[in-house]
Amino acid sequence: MDKFEKLTGIAAPMPLVNIDTDMIIPKVFLKTIKRSGLGVNLFDEMRYDRQGNEIPDFVLNQPQYREAEILVAGDNFGCGSSREHAPWALKDFGIKSVISTSFADIFYNNCFKNGILPIVLPQEAVDVLMKDAEKGSNARMIVDLEHQTVSSSEGETFSFEVDPFKKHCLLEGLDDIGLSLEKAPAIDSYEQKMAQARPWV
Amino acid sequence: MSPKTLYDKIWDAHVVSQDEDGTCLLYIDRHLVHEVTSPQAFEGLRMAGRTVRAPEKTIAVPDHNVPTTAGREDPKNMTEDSAIQVAALDKNARDFGINYYPVSDIRQGIVHIVGPEQGWTLPGMTVVCGDSHTATHGAFGALAHGIGTSEVEHVLATQTLIQKKSKNMKVEITGKLRAGVTAKDITLAVIGATGTAGGTGYVIEYCGEAIRDLSMEGRMTVCNMAIEGGARAGLIAPDEKTFEYVTGRPHAPKGAQFEAALSWWKTLFTDEGAHFDKVVTLKGEEIEPVVTWGTSPEDVLPISALVPAPEDFRGGKVEAAKRALAYMDLTPGQKLTDIAIDTVFIGSCTNGRIEDLRAAADIVKGKKIKVKRAMVVPGSGLVRAQAEEEGLADIFRDAGFEWRLAGCSMCLAMNPDQLSEGERCASTSNRNFEGRQGYKGRTHLVSPAMAAAAALTGHLTDVRELMTEDA
Repeated sequence: MDKFEKLTGIAAPMPLVNIDTDMIIPKVFLKTIKRSGLGVNLFDEMRYDRQGNEIPDFVLNQPQYREAEILVAGDNFGCGSSREHAPWALKDFGIKSVISTSFADIFYNNCFKNGILPIVLPQEAVDVLMKDAEKGSNARMIVDLEHQTVSSSEGETFSFEVDPFKKHCLLEGLDDIGLSLEKAPAIDSYEQKMAQARPWV
Repeated sequence: MSPKTLYDKIWDAHVVSQDEDGTCLLYIDRHLVHEVTSPQAFEGLRMAGRTVRAPEKTIAVPDHNVPTTAGREDPKNMTEDSAIQVAALDKNARDFGINYYPVSDIRQGIVHIVGPEQGWTLPGMTVVCGDSHTATHGAFGALAHGIGTSEVEHVLATQTLIQKKSKNMKVEITGKLRAGVTAKDITLAVIGATGTAGGTGYVIEYCGEAIRDLSMEGRMTVCNMAIEGGARAGLIAPDEKTFEYVTGRPHAPKGAQFEAALSWWKTLFTDEGAHFDKVVTLKGEEIEPVVTWGTSPEDVLPISALVPAPEDFRGGKVEAAKRALAYMDLTPGQKLTDIAIDTVFIGSCTNGRIEDLRAAADIVKGKKIKVKRAMVVPGSGLVRAQAEEEGLADIFRDAGFEWRLAGCSMCLAMNPDQLSEGERCASTSNRNFEGRQGYKGRTHLVSPAMAAAAALTGHLTDVRELMTEDA
């Protein structure tokens, strides 16, 4: 997995609440058996008309946000389906961090598995960053995972919380299957115990 | 020992190891797999030279992207990308030696219906699947939740998940439900009350008289939509109904093992005085048949209500409501019962079980549909066979419904079962998101009885009016 340390990038504002994973990547693109190449279909139904032409009003179609690496979004981002195609599409487009007041649980976890940092901040902080993002490509935000801060282009800095284990894995780009396999002896002994205690499982 | 919740007990019984910061390795008893979210996980295993640690605890079934029309055993009758995903699951099941129900098997169906039906799901288990509606299995007092594809790969390789414990939330439904009010109305009413993020960070335990009174099918409907309220999982403590349901199922324990299991299952309840971080209580007798008007499952109103205005909301929801009203082509103040319906869909992991089909058939019996299109998609081949035996299939067909083969179908509309642009559907599924049932399609979530009522009148209808007529 790619490491995430510090990111300075353009942030695109998406103030809509409850942006669900069907919006992020509609199901028609779930027919793939690969992880790559989904970026072109990120937010497909909001981004293109039925003929496949770009809808100019959509934020990521605007010239100043085409290179966005950060999204500042409304509450409950990523709700709905468990499809990991959502973070795959974000990542393939180039989004490395999403900032909101809250995230749906499964989506939040899926981000960390793909080197994307979801950041939860209070409403007041998200409001400030949303306004900053609306300024366009001259406003570059700084996301610093090591120090757990986000700074607006004006230098307003907000601290965020992140689970220490998830932070560690992201900073080091660790594959957590490898880490868990190191605990195979503990899994073996659990299974042996359970073969006695709950043999019907 | 301090009193524990049901969630605490199941969690504690599955901790393999715990780090200082509280991060746990949690053992997974059952891993359900389907064709859409698993190919990349199996590919990952192959690339790393890893195997499936516990194939006997892994169960695969194609459901999301399969056609629900006759002749699908032949891949030539599938769209190319469906055939590729199904062929990949066939191969992965064979290569890794996991339990498998192919489309040609009568036991095939929606993964969350097949698991309980075959006795794979049992009280006190941990159950995961690369699908958010895994919460369904919580109806058995199992800790069940959806995971992403990376976690699918993690479970395949290690039979564990890296987890931190969620908080405890209690949702109590007191008293009795009134006639015409069902499990679907309960679960939608709860989301209407808490919002789609109200359960974020929590595992919900549903309790109270109205929950106890529900059948296992009804309890599965309630837990199924816990995720729509943002919760990681929904749980209901097992009781005699649960034990009776699992008895004799193909993969449930038998004989002395059943007795041993039963004595443990009977300890699976929340202790008196256990702590909940959040409590929500609804009165069962106050719940009405409900319907969604917007594009989020929290946009719930009683069928007797009027379409709301954006000004009825606060914060970011004002803009969201504006967008939803435009998308749904509704006007504030309009009666919900005046909304004309084009299509009715009865099925899904929320409402594709035998009891759901019985409830809809009860309303439909002897009448004809007034909508352009109505379809019933049973949740599994066995549900379908039972419905045919009980005469329900004939009731639906005589009324003008299409009678399909089992699968997820128009709930997520990956297969050809889709709404066209602007088409309006009364649906027993679980999500009314933009484009969910087809590009620019419009979804109103309802119970099976309410869906049947809409099919007969051609508009959203209070099912109790049809029930009175019959009485």
